[in-house]
Amino acid sequence: MAESLAPALDQGAGMPPTRLAAYRAVLSSRIRAQRSYRANFYTDLAGSFLIGFIELAEVWILFHNVHALGGLTFRNILLVFGIADLAFSVAQMVFGHVDRMPTFLRAGTLDVFYLRPQPVLLQVITSEIGLRRLARALVGLGSLAVGLSLNQIHWSWANAVLLLVTILSATAVHSAMLVWAGGVQFFLVNGAEMTNAFVYGGRYAATQVASVWSAPLKVLFGFVFPMAVTAYVPALHLLGLPGPAWLPTWLAWWTPVFALWMWGLALFTWRQGIRHYQGGGG
Amino acid sequence: MNEAVIATRGLTRDFVRRTRSGRLLRDRTVVRAVDELTVTISAGESVGYIGANGAGKSTTIKMLVGILVPTAGEVRTCGLDPLRQRRQLAHEVGVVFGQRSQLWWDLPVRESFSILAAIHRLARARAREREAELVEHLEMADYLDTPGRQLSLGQRMRAEVAAALLHTPRLVILDEPTIGLDVLSKQRLRDFLLAERRVHGTTLLLTTHDMGDIERLCDRVLVVDHGRLAYQGSLDGLARTVGAERVLTVDLAEPVADLTDVPRTRHLGSEGNGIRQRLAFDAEATTAGSVLAEVGRRAEIRDLTIEEPDIEDVVRRIYQSQR
Repeated sequence: MAESLAPALDQGAGMPPTRLAAYRAVLSSRIRAQRSYRANFYTDLAGSFLIGFIELAEVWILFHNVHALGGLTFRNILLVFGIADLAFSVAQMVFGHVDRMPTFLRAGTLDVFYLRPQPVLLQVITSEIGLRRLARALVGLGSLAVGLSLNQIHWSWANAVLLLVTILSATAVHSAMLVWAGGVQFFLVNGAEMTNAFVYGGRYAATQVASVWSAPLKVLFGFVFPMAVTAYVPALHLLGLPGPAWLPTWLAWWTPVFALWMWGLALFTWRQGIRHYQGGGG
Repeated sequence: MNEAVIATRGLTRDFVRRTRSGRLLRDRTVVRAVDELTVTISAGESVGYIGANGAGKSTTIKMLVGILVPTAGEVRTCGLDPLRQRRQLAHEVGVVFGQRSQLWWDLPVRESFSILAAIHRLARARAREREAELVEHLEMADYLDTPGRQLSLGQRMRAEVAAALLHTPRLVILDEPTIGLDVLSKQRLRDFLLAERRVHGTTLLLTTHDMGDIERLCDRVLVVDHGRLAYQGSLDGLARTVGAERVLTVDLAEPVADLTDVPRTRHLGSEGNGIRQRLAFDAEATTAGSVLAEVGRRAEIRDLTIEEPDIEDVVRRIYQSQR
């Protein structure tokens, strides 16, 4: 569209701002606000980095005691951890505040979003941006880089594309998890405990070796909330290792489909929630 | 020209309350918050929507703007379906919820306004002009650079009103706009709303417990009780419907015996041995003039005041008569 091709024009006095201007205005104000409390921001960054680092250390300690788990060594698992944590951190950065829905619902903040001419979900998503999560994404990225260099990977175009598609799809899956959890909050009072089990449990599952899971767990985090296919299965594919029962490595190419499924579920849940909304009292 | 800005027919909303009974069972009770509400508000009208707490006022408003889905009935706001066309409607309506904030708590008021201008896609020049107008009329110039969280209640309320009216909506809905404000702030806000209506032809719908708001701002009232419309019409008519009395206080030249024999009045009391006497009368049954004439025949009147019926009292009577 012409409006996106000419960003300078919407600064003109006579032209109405574009559709995107609303989101841009909110987001840039959020970034300014975070930067204006510098000390606070740096502490947040450090805290976020530490959390990512501890998650990684946990994996390292586990593998320090066993040489291999489910057929994977520490080097191999760095690749899984890297993809999963990078995707999760980016999703958290952009969509993370959707998990403030219980507060929005209780305080009636959501009512205000209904009064504005944008989709409520997009407003919730763009109401904040968690820049501090960049630090944690960095841990994921570092782990991924080390994993890629330490492992024997046959670099073909196909594998390079697979890696890129995997990272994008994995980010989409984790983002959709957050939106799904936000949608569920409309129906539950203080439902965050329940959904956190899936969102944060899902993140944990995504960094793990899925071959050691029991069948029900494989169904839950392999297909319903498709965590295993966001990092573990593609990593196996890149490493040229065989997949365990139920999770063949050709599924690695199916991550975008799983991302679509997860977004479908998320948007459906959200839509039902919006309809179900009871108003924030008062 | 007189199109309906708000039109509802049989508008109803139920809430399901679940209460625990026993270990696993839960009781399901349906509470009807709004019960078959049918109202029409025309363009340019100013309507007061009054009722006790929990009478269904906020629920109605939320259905008018597409926040809540009605259980039954129809609703059209600015000719639009609030659910299906919520985003389009948002450009036409400005809502001030006394208990919710449109402002960003950590941003200067000025910045909140520019974000809202972008949200409503107002052209730069248009937004600047409107903002200047609002800042002047609501006297906000000296706190535009103050972050939302540091505003006093009166300042915040004015900023909230400006935030809701920045896009010059056709319909403005105010939910308890003057709650907690001092007399002066209330006055300023009312004057602003009157001017806004005069200049832009804005339609106003406001809920309030403050009868001063209704008297100053509204030409029609809707009284809602337990989700049902208990009365709609003029404020005078409301007083007449429930037969509220006016009270005449007379100061007399010298003490006289209690004036209990003035026709169609009720003697309320005397002070100073009968120098000051208070008489209640029904404006339908007699006039202030004839009461005065009757009193004048009995004693010399030095001064007098007439009190209009207290509206809160009137509303209370409506509630009682409905039970």
